Amino acid sequence: MKQIRAISATETYSTARHFRWGIAALTALVVAMAGCGTSSSPPSGTPSSKSAAAHKGGTLTILANSSFGVADPAQNYTLEEWQLLIDTHDGLVQFNRVGGVAGTKIVPDLATAVPKPTDGGKTYLFQLRSGITFSNGQPLKASDFVRTFERQFTVPGPTSFYSGIVGASKCKPKKCDLTQGVVADDSANTLTIHLTAPDPEFLDKIALPFAYVVPGNTSFKLTGNNVPPGTGPYMWQSYDPNKAAVLVRNPHFHQWSAAAQPAGYPNSIVEKYGLPISEEVTQVENGQADEVFDGDVIPADRLSELNGAQFKSQVHVNPLTADWYFALNTKLPPFNNVKARQAINFAADRAAYVKIGGGPSLAAPTCQILPPNFPGYAAYCPYTAGSDHTKWTGPDLAKARQLVQQSGTAGMKVVVNSTSDETGKALAAQMVSDLNKIGYKASSQLLTGSIQYPFVQNSTNLHKWNVAWSAWYQDYPAPSDFLNVLLGCGNIHPGSDASPNIAEFCDQSIQAQMTQASQLGQTNPTAAGKLWATVDHEVTNQAPWVDLYNPKQIDFLSKRVQGYQWNPQWYILIDQMWLK
Amino acid sequence: MAAVLEEAEAAAGRGQVVAGNPWVLAARQLWRNRIAMASLVLFLLIVAVSFAAPLYASHVAHVDPFANNLNGTTIVNGKQVPLMQVGGGTLHLGETPIGPTWDVRHYFLGADSQGRDVASRVLYGGRSSLEIGIGSAAICCFIATVVALIAGFFGGVVDALLSRLMDVIWAFPVYLLAISISTELLTASNGLKIGPLHIVATSLWLPTLIIAFIYVPYVYRPVRGHVLTVARKEFAEAAIAQGASNLRLMFSDILPNVVSVVIVLLPLMIATTIFTEAALSFLSIGVQPPNASWGTIINDGQGLLYTRPWVAIAPGIMIVLTVLAMNVLGDGVRDALDPRAKLRVEG
Repeated sequence: MKQIRAISATETYSTARHFRWGIAALTALVVAMAGCGTSSSPPSGTPSSKSAAAHKGGTLTILANSSFGVADPAQNYTLEEWQLLIDTHDGLVQFNRVGGVAGTKIVPDLATAVPKPTDGGKTYLFQLRSGITFSNGQPLKASDFVRTFERQFTVPGPTSFYSGIVGASKCKPKKCDLTQGVVADDSANTLTIHLTAPDPEFLDKIALPFAYVVPGNTSFKLTGNNVPPGTGPYMWQSYDPNKAAVLVRNPHFHQWSAAAQPAGYPNSIVEKYGLPISEEVTQVENGQADEVFDGDVIPADRLSELNGAQFKSQVHVNPLTADWYFALNTKLPPFNNVKARQAINFAADRAAYVKIGGGPSLAAPTCQILPPNFPGYAAYCPYTAGSDHTKWTGPDLAKARQLVQQSGTAGMKVVVNSTSDETGKALAAQMVSDLNKIGYKASSQLLTGSIQYPFVQNSTNLHKWNVAWSAWYQDYPAPSDFLNVLLGCGNIHPGSDASPNIAEFCDQSIQAQMTQASQLGQTNPTAAGKLWATVDHEVTNQAPWVDLYNPKQIDFLSKRVQGYQWNPQWYILIDQMWLK
Repeated sequence: MAAVLEEAEAAAGRGQVVAGNPWVLAARQLWRNRIAMASLVLFLLIVAVSFAAPLYASHVAHVDPFANNLNGTTIVNGKQVPLMQVGGGTLHLGETPIGPTWDVRHYFLGADSQGRDVASRVLYGGRSSLEIGIGSAAICCFIATVVALIAGFFGGVVDALLSRLMDVIWAFPVYLLAISISTELLTASNGLKIGPLHIVATSLWLPTLIIAFIYVPYVYRPVRGHVLTVARKEFAEAAIAQGASNLRLMFSDILPNVVSVVIVLLPLMIATTIFTEAALSFLSIGVQPPNASWGTIINDGQGLLYTRPWVAIAPGIMIVLTVLAMNVLGDGVRDALDPRAKLRVEG
């Protein structure tokens, strides 16, 4: 899962969890877009091909609180750089580069078509387009992809996306040979990828920027702040993490697929770093910049002014496939008792948590693991007052207290771990209040954000907390990305800071169903979706988390920006906006 | 202090010269310093108001200043209104806490982003800040004085070892050292445990001891210097010649002659430690929930500067007044106890 900000070179796939995206299920998104009444759909005033040329030009300025760290695409795992990398680089396939529902589809990019896997789902054959060159003038070859995939294992960064490629298990940071797993034929312009086992999510994974092609002579080592050349409509002119990133047009680019890689509108894109977010809002209000980077959370006290009529056309809100939750430590009393876990789920005042999340316009209460508009999602909330178990309507304190008594855990001390920022503190305080209401003696333990997540992931700290705040954003739309990654038995790594199953929840019968659903996904996605829904409900019944809410995203643009589109995978499509 | 002042006043009233008792002279000098006395009164007033926090919260405002109250309501102009107000317009983005009502019974300074009464929290925060500030300054001065006495009196290897130890502590940036210690202790499952001493992570003793520890070298240095000077005076040598024990020399002969330095430093250290507590709490590594301090309240108000600035301004004013009062009082005490320093400044 992608972070909103940079992660360190030593962090791995599972530690980077702050901003995950992906495709939502087509039909579910239709419902979502219809329901939310926001700006996710394709923009009004999308230019015709004639007028498109007239919209070209100018410099689009984005303001971001801080930079995204190291720029090497093999390592960087942030929304911030990915939003720029999709304009400068290409993969074999790509998420359709449009806003709304259509943006959830995988389309061919440097490949001429999206292949059907053969060999029982273990082999993918890609025919590459011809006549494509990198921004340095070097022609694209099939063998460039071999180096691109090998760099995934030599450059410190997330490796688990591509660990299923044949030969990947033998790769070391100093040496990697994937010629058996990624077979390039430069003369035929084809690329064949062999996997050790079928992977229904493989096309999603190679649509991520880690798999975007770089020249075959790119170093095996980290390129630091120098981004290797790409094939997209823009190229990196400069990147200084303390100042700005500057993208200018790639003179060698020609549009081969409007769906995968359309030519952009601005002549240059500048992302400036270092301003407080509140100041970013002021500058965009004043027209001094064009966008508050959509990963920067606009401070609560600036939201009220954005409600003003004068900003109506500049503010866009979209629902995210993400979860904010408290993990319950299933290895330690009182929450090693399922009744105690269910009790706090009944007691949690989700309306209060929604207020902390910005109110109903920015957060929706939830009880289950999978977010709405997601494959396998079927509305379910057993922890609510009233008899309607499809949505949360209020806490049921009587039921909660009864369960606490039955569990024999009343009066126990509970430590609530959270971050020390404003939101983290408020969430912890509310959880402490909810726990105290049902007879526990709760206290909070607040740590800075950079420490808190590795701290609660590491099982050596498991005896120090009972409840830990966390949040998860999808990488791509697979139920396993939530259920298996966060609650699967295989994702408990003792002694590691990269152990995403924070609650250390492991139920062998549920795990067996997850494995079955994953296998079913390749042959029968509909049946797999139903099985995932069952798994979601069964996990929810076991209550390893207190699910709080599903957040929504605010984008704030200047008046001169036109053509806003919100893509479920990439959020704002920066290069598809033009300037009046 | 009051007895000394009365004696000084009585002596002054009788037109007597009280040259025989330097403490009476100092008290008289301090009493005559109106600005210093006004600062003392202001400080005592802040202490009194802060320690009346429970009375205000339970009998006037009728609130629990430590519990989330996001779904709560209050009375404004006779009408019941929600504490958290949903954003307007068509988007209804965000929820803003109610602002100051200027009614002492109903959220006088408004609510913070968790729906808690700011006025009550500022008063409770004052209790924590003052307890930590005064407590840590007192502990710091006590430890520094004892260590300085030992180092200055024995000299040689003992002095070298203790002074280098102080140098090591001094070499660390104060806040970085405090952040490191705080983070370590906050993540420890049992807080601070030294023998029978057990302090949980949420206890006010934790920031008190951390702040006291980091400032020991700041008091140690000047006190040690005075000990070195006093220990070589004739009266000390005379006491040695009469066979006085080391303990008697240190605590009966030298300590009374250096304690004025400590008394001068104490109010200044209180000002410094209150500032440090506020800074650490602002960084979320000082006072821990459910306790509040002026620093934590400023931190709470940081995200509300545009819409509800009083959340940050109110504790900020209290810090400024307290630190100002302590600094001015400290200057007055120094002038009273060390007239030569004043003469030097005036001269």
